[in-house]
Amino acid sequence: MTTAAFLSDDAAGAAQTEVMTMAQALNSALHLAMDADSKVLLLGEDVADPIGGVLKISKGLSTKYGRDRVRPTPIAETGIIGAAVGLAMGGYKPIAEIMFMDFTTVCIDQIVNHAAKLRYMSGGHTPVPLTVRTGVGTRRFGAQHAQNLEAWFMHTPGIKVVVPSTAADAKGLLASCIDDPDPCLFVEHFDLVFTQKDEVPVGLHKVPLGKAAVRRPGEHVTVITYGTQVRNAVAAAETLAEQGISAEVIDLRTLVPLDMETVLESVERTRRAVVLHDAHTFCGPGAELAAQITETLWADLLAPVLRLGAGYSPVPFAAGLDFHPTSDDLVAAVHQLMGR
Amino acid sequence: MLTTAEMLQMYRTMALITATSDRASAEVKSGSLQSAFYPVRGLEGVCGALSIAVTTEDQLVSTYRSLGDALAKGSNLRGVIAEIYGRSDGVCGGKGGPMHLHDTSVGFMTSTGIVGSGIPIAVGLGIAAQLDGAQRAVVTTFGDGATSIGAFHEGMNMAGLWKLPVVFLCQNNQWGEHTPIAEYAANTDLAGRAQAYGMRTVRVDGFDPVATAEVLRDALARARNGEGPTFVEAVTYRLTGHSGSADYSYMPADELAAALERDPVPSFRRRLLESGAASESDLAAIDAEVVAQVDDAFAFAQASAPPEQDLRYRDVFADTAALAGTGVAL
Ligand SMILES: Cc1ncc(C[n+]2csc(CCOP(=O)(O)OP(=O)(O)O)c2C)c(N)n1
Repeated sequence: MTTAAFLSDDAAGAAQTEVMTMAQALNSALHLAMDADSKVLLLGEDVADPIGGVLKISKGLSTKYGRDRVRPTPIAETGIIGAAVGLAMGGYKPIAEIMFMDFTTVCIDQIVNHAAKLRYMSGGHTPVPLTVRTGVGTRRFGAQHAQNLEAWFMHTPGIKVVVPSTAADAKGLLASCIDDPDPCLFVEHFDLVFTQKDEVPVGLHKVPLGKAAVRRPGEHVTVITYGTQVRNAVAAAETLAEQGISAEVIDLRTLVPLDMETVLESVERTRRAVVLHDAHTFCGPGAELAAQITETLWADLLAPVLRLGAGYSPVPFAAGLDFHPTSDDLVAAVHQLMGR
Repeated sequence: MLTTAEMLQMYRTMALITATSDRASAEVKSGSLQSAFYPVRGLEGVCGALSIAVTTEDQLVSTYRSLGDALAKGSNLRGVIAEIYGRSDGVCGGKGGPMHLHDTSVGFMTSTGIVGSGIPIAVGLGIAAQLDGAQRAVVTTFGDGATSIGAFHEGMNMAGLWKLPVVFLCQNNQWGEHTPIAEYAANTDLAGRAQAYGMRTVRVDGFDPVATAEVLRDALARARNGEGPTFVEAVTYRLTGHSGSADYSYMPADELAAALERDPVPSFRRRLLESGAASESDLAAIDAEVVAQVDDAFAFAQASAPPEQDLRYRDVFADTAALAGTGVAL
């Protein structure tokens, strides 16, 4: 798979780009945001230099902006998100880092009951312009460092959920989250952070929230996906193309707001759909997408909408245990949809 | 030292809180107010003290038992009562309710239904105040029961570590719902426990509004001056059941009776009269004003319209366009 396939729409037209990793793109977004607005600050465990974050994504920031704005915190996730909520209420634009998405369970009260609801409960008086950055682990760390919990947050009205698949999107979507008037959960996949490289605009770059990207146009089937699975979907689409099946790959980019318009427009044409993600299939984001597609396009569909996601078990450590869908799984699912 | 004018102002606030709390409890009992309501009886002295210790610039984060705190911070009584009724004229337009009063116009930043979770939020507001270089303090109120939860310890540690301008005001009414403090805490010396977080701690008799006001004034002044956080344990007693018109059966009758002897408003009234700070007619005039104000607020709230249906999906996000894809038809 080539880098070009991952070029973000929004990056394509930009004047000056540079090939960088998602980690570098995120670091660049943070530098630019802190430079542009003195109200932007970062807090989390180990975020300050010299370590610059356990994944080095905040490298250089505390040296440049000081430890007031790049604040290393105690190991206290509830405290971190609570403090970030208070900072947001106090006129700042905090970015709180929760090292692993699994640890959002420790502060789910602050995210779900406070950040997401304060605007509503206060009748609009208390906005919480907070960005929570969190990583989804690789299986290398086992079951407590690898869970895709995005469906939990999609199920909570009031918080936006963003999952980039390209470096350019990571930069542009993070910038949009920081500037957004609402709380955003920004999910960084460890599988992508260091290996995903693409053309990224050098200066300020924003990708709007709620706008999916068509990564590959196609006619016979629509694959709806996001995050790490975009790679698998594009790879599967290439295999399918060799077999004479043209698959359209939609990268949702944000799960809330959810760009159903792009999804429905595509499925209306292709009349077949598969939703693919790393989260559990059961009650996962795909359940919502499949239901909405079916409700809207029932009469047009040539086959039931399929879902491909993780099995209903904690994430197993051993690489040999099948867990996340592969591009081969997707190829097989598309064959099933095509009746082959 | 408090001036006579300050003492009378404090008395007025305390009397207003008692009257409002009792009226809300009565409305719940009669069925006219169909809502969870957490009476603040027993906390009037602490709230009265708070009312004269805070400035309008100071910020407050409260709990579900927030009626007294809201009035102490200067929130409008009509708006507060209308919110308790879930009406359109409420301080949150009816979408918050009694456990979630907010009135940022007076620095009443939020109140939370999750025990202890306001503490880290107040810490964040404290960081903001410190970064702003502002001469304001943040007060967060919570019950004794909240000192058992993780959020309390996380927030206290951060405040001690960063010397934040936060006053942790523990309204120790000695009950966590239906469990007395001695049955849930290994160490009931809450101020002593707080000391371990590297901050000043003070224990004060919360039934004594004058002493409490002096402690709070000092703590707030220190916070505003950059001298860091203080934990204030104001010891009171819950003079009602936990919520609404709840039962008292689990409360030792002699303990409750002894506490009622020290019921903050009547005892402060006696004290004002005995010290000659006010005459019977001064206080009677305040009492009458308070009754009229409470009657007016409840009548206003009961007459206030319910929120319009189309407000339901407003304020989920800043922009309703963000609801696209969620199946919400707008
Ligand atoms: C996290 C959480 N657990 C349990 C409850 C249920 N609950 C509501 S009030 C309360 C007692 C809290 O006691 P305390 O902090 O002393 O405050 P008080 O009600 O006495 O003012 C409990 C357990 C809750 N609201 N939040």
